[in-house]
Amino acid sequence: MADDDAREGNHKNGATRVEEEEKNAVPPPDDEVAAAVVERFPETVFHRSHGQPVVYVDRSVWADIAAFLRDEQEFTQCIDVTAVDHLVDAVRLEVPGVVPERFEIVANYLSHPRNRRLRAICEVPAADATVPSLTPLYPGANFAEREVFDMFGITFDGHPELTRILMPDDWEGFPLRKDDSPARVPVTFKEDPGPR
Amino acid sequence: MSDRRDTTRGEPFVPDPNLARFTDEPSQELMTRDVVVTGGPWPEAEDGGETMIINMGPQHPSTHGVLRVMLELDAETIVRAKAVIGYLHTGMEKTGEELTYFQGSTNVTRMDYAAPLSNELAFSMATERLLDIDVPPRATWIRMYLMELNRMASHLLWQATNGLDMGALSMIVYGWREREATLRLLEKITGLRMNNNFVRPGGVVADLHDGWEQDTLELCDTVEKGASEYDELLTGNPIWQERTVGVGVITTEQALALGVSGPILRSTGFPWDLRKAQPYLAYDELDFDVIYTANGDSYDRYRIRLNEILESVKMVRQCVEKMPPGDYRVQDAKVTPPPRARIDESMEALIHHFKLFTEGFKVPPGETYVANESPRGEIGCYLVSDGTSKPSRLHIRGPSFYNLQSMSPMMEERLIADAVAVISTIDPIMGEVDR
Repeated sequence: MADDDAREGNHKNGATRVEEEEKNAVPPPDDEVAAAVVERFPETVFHRSHGQPVVYVDRSVWADIAAFLRDEQEFTQCIDVTAVDHLVDAVRLEVPGVVPERFEIVANYLSHPRNRRLRAICEVPAADATVPSLTPLYPGANFAEREVFDMFGITFDGHPELTRILMPDDWEGFPLRKDDSPARVPVTFKEDPGPR
Repeated sequence: MSDRRDTTRGEPFVPDPNLARFTDEPSQELMTRDVVVTGGPWPEAEDGGETMIINMGPQHPSTHGVLRVMLELDAETIVRAKAVIGYLHTGMEKTGEELTYFQGSTNVTRMDYAAPLSNELAFSMATERLLDIDVPPRATWIRMYLMELNRMASHLLWQATNGLDMGALSMIVYGWREREATLRLLEKITGLRMNNNFVRPGGVVADLHDGWEQDTLELCDTVEKGASEYDELLTGNPIWQERTVGVGVITTEQALALGVSGPILRSTGFPWDLRKAQPYLAYDELDFDVIYTANGDSYDRYRIRLNEILESVKMVRQCVEKMPPGDYRVQDAKVTPPPRARIDESMEALIHHFKLFTEGFKVPPGETYVANESPRGEIGCYLVSDGTSKPSRLHIRGPSFYNLQSMSPMMEERLIADAVAVISTIDPIMGEVDR
């Protein structure tokens, strides 16, 4: 009896472990482009976000994936490049297999011949906020990357002219960072002998 | 190029038969032709010391707002051109993080102020996707109907100001006349001429008024008559052709590489329209053509926009015929405020009303990008939610922001007089560029 119980217990535990492993395993991409990206760049994580294919890519291959999409997958346009600051998120979307960092760079690609889209997201730590630039591959990313630099202070390696685009050239701070308060204006009082 | 056609005043305008159009699937030959995205910087101009740099704008009347263009000139020829933007930057994306989803469309509608409803649609569709709610058919059709009215108003505004920029001064009067008629109808439907704030997450604010069919059909006749007059005034006009044909040429390869969309991309012979290629709302139930031309110059962009007005008229007429009955917004008490009458008699309605207008509704954590075809091209909304009632990040992909990058290749090696034509036919709306 005791042996039976023990065996049963073991069996149950084993079953649970397998189930857990199955649950944690990343499902194979059900999008052909994403599957090709994951096959070429094994560290990429696929995620389907409200029906849209998304790949979470490593920072070191950010531009390589763009080149792969452009040259081998007929992705004719980089529709948009933007960034997200997750500093003060109440609840953050958890994607299994992705180590979250403070910033995310988001690039939306569009393939006209194949009529499909793909979104690539790259985690960027605040301490070293640099990613390879997409502008040499998709010249249309020029303004967008300048805007991300202007708003978030994230720099792009290989960008031809990384300057502020929307804010004045002498602006201090990066307005869309969550810890930046653009409305703060240093006030000086005429009668005040010194700072209080 | 089309020959002068004999359209007499008031006759219905027949769409230009010389324009290429497709109705169903984009032809495979066109869609898969060798599209090369050229990387690398654009060719550098030689610096001989003979050039001069001149600022055009930000206060120049033909820069459509506060666009500043730095022109490097060799006598009258533009060697290099560079757009300097940011003069209308008001931090709308930052503001969007401070407003609830319920208030968000008030903010985004002010971005592209010539086509405000497209912005609202992008934002609303993104929010609905995060909420995973479906909009009732009538709301979808009202939205589609409004989008086309919006497109008409925007293109009519463009016809007016483009004529003004090119020296056809009467166009500002003619274009404005029909645009005002369109805006009067929009005011009757939404309560406001511009910045309508009418399309909101969950549907639209109100149902169409009694007699909207009659108003719409009258407007359609007015706009068709107007378009026929523009056609008569401009299309075959030798001065107009002299001013626009071959000016500001851009190739498909350049346009794709630079992220250009909308009429500029279609003017290069590339029939890409999200309404046809990736139908949203109920565009797959409408019968319409995507108009495209082959030359990629200012004249083609003029013809495309003129003919798109007529396509929009066609679609609006179909909307009048096919408008389904039903709800104009989703009947989900968590998203839609209760009717005013219910508040007096139901405690729950009062609570829902209070919660919606103070806290707003909560959206589950997630991220999404939803795009639609605005009069200027692909307008997209990238929305990130962190589970609260305010977006963690609201980003609008403004078509003008990307289209403006095509200004430099269009202007370079051209005369300074053509710079105005180029800026005008790119049709940048600075509120959307700078946000």
